[in-house]
Amino acid sequence: MSALAGSAVPRLLPGMRLRRDLVRDQWVLLAPERVIELDDIAYEVVSRIDGVRSVDALVDILAAEFDADRAQVAADVLDLLDDLVAKRVLGA
Amino acid sequence: MNALPGATPPAPPLAILLELTHRCPLACPYCSNPLRLVGMRQELATEDWLRVLDQAAELGILQVHFSGGEPSLRKDLPQLIAHARERGLYSNLITSGVALDRARLAALVEAGLDHVQLSIQDSEAEGADRIAHYRDSHRKKLAFAGWVSELGLPLTLNAVVHRHNAGRVPAMIELALELGAGRLEVAHTQYYGWGLKNRAALMPTRAQLDLATAAVQEARERLRGRLVIDYVTPDYYARRPKACMGGWAQRFLNVTPEGKVLPCHAAETIPGMRFDSVRERSLADIWQHSEAFLRYRGTDWMPAPCRGCERREIDWGGCRCQALALSGSADRVDPVCELSPDHEAVQQLAMREAAEPAPPFVYRSIKGA
Ligand code: SF4
Ligand code: SF4
Repeated sequence: MSALAGSAVPRLLPGMRLRRDLVRDQWVLLAPERVIELDDIAYEVVSRIDGVRSVDALVDILAAEFDADRAQVAADVLDLLDDLVAKRVLGA
Repeated sequence: MNALPGATPPAPPLAILLELTHRCPLACPYCSNPLRLVGMRQELATEDWLRVLDQAAELGILQVHFSGGEPSLRKDLPQLIAHARERGLYSNLITSGVALDRARLAALVEAGLDHVQLSIQDSEAEGADRIAHYRDSHRKKLAFAGWVSELGLPLTLNAVVHRHNAGRVPAMIELALELGAGRLEVAHTQYYGWGLKNRAALMPTRAQLDLATAAVQEARERLRGRLVIDYVTPDYYARRPKACMGGWAQRFLNVTPEGKVLPCHAAETIPGMRFDSVRERSLADIWQHSEAFLRYRGTDWMPAPCRGCERREIDWGGCRCQALALSGSADRVDPVCELSPDHEAVQQLAMREAAEPAPPFVYRSIKGA
């Protein structure tokens, strides 16, 4: 359904906690009655969400930082953000 | 603490549910507590629960559900929540919402509470108060939900569905939106303990079930990004069982008010099973070695047809307590599964009970059923 616009500003909704899981050696997002395991890429995206940066700005930062194709980064970031919005982890 | 030679230790659990007390002001006829409730004098002391929280964090548990009974009847709840927060655990309060005022809820938020799951018994007061067996429960819950949002906490509503309220699932969805809930659990009654006792009084018809399912599907689409709806389907009309608790002893632990550690809240119904206590053993030791956890963990215990089935690590053979309740043995295939020889009889039974007039409720009570 609704893909996010590039100008949308995602933010973590109340009650979400990003934390390092030392036992499993990975990043996790703790949400109401669910644990979302973040792979390295998802962590790079989620950890930069601050309620100020737009989707476009996030894509710019990540493409530059990882020296990657911007269109590819945009597609991956949108997929992830869209899923997290549907799960009500993010608002936008 | 070492595993048996050759045996890989199980992956650590993700969540633990602490039944702090069985005391509760309400008396729902489908309560998930056992028929024989634990009295206040047998409850664990504060220091026991603090130790359990420490051990949970060390074991790799990430989320703790404070449940009951009504967990806010424990005076030490703020202290337990604060301790969970200190140990990095995500804390969830599973509550009836009738025993806390705004100031006491605010104190829990102050202590570090992350999320509230509030039960509702119906979308309207009359039906709700009849199920809760408590005057004015519904109005109190609505006020409580308002405080949760005002205090900035995310809210989940949990609604148990049965023959008396199944038609009001759309109204429950509307109520969740009005109250500002981000999640709604629409859970068909699970028939263990009190629910099993009251099965004939609660069983919906197939037509009621289909309407409820359609309402959930429609709302999920329409409310994407606004309201997450989790739907727990009714086992008796299903063709495949669910993975109970994500599989026996795979992800989850349940601690009773007196400290017994169970792979699932209903596991005590299985005769001849011995449960270890947090008074005597550590959680890690219990998770790895307790006889009750080993008994049905994984796939080695499975009879045919589960043993060779491609779904054996998806549903883990269904629910052991349900196999017991419906086939007389916890070792058998869950009769909810179409491949079980008992399956046909279960569907017939559901249809028969739902077609009869509903008998009166046996309300949950400390005196037992
Ligand atoms: S046979 Fe067993 S494993 Fe296969 S679907 Fe049925 S319950 Fe699940
Ligand atoms: S399988 Fe049995 S023990 Fe597990 S949750 Fe279901 S009822 Fe409880």
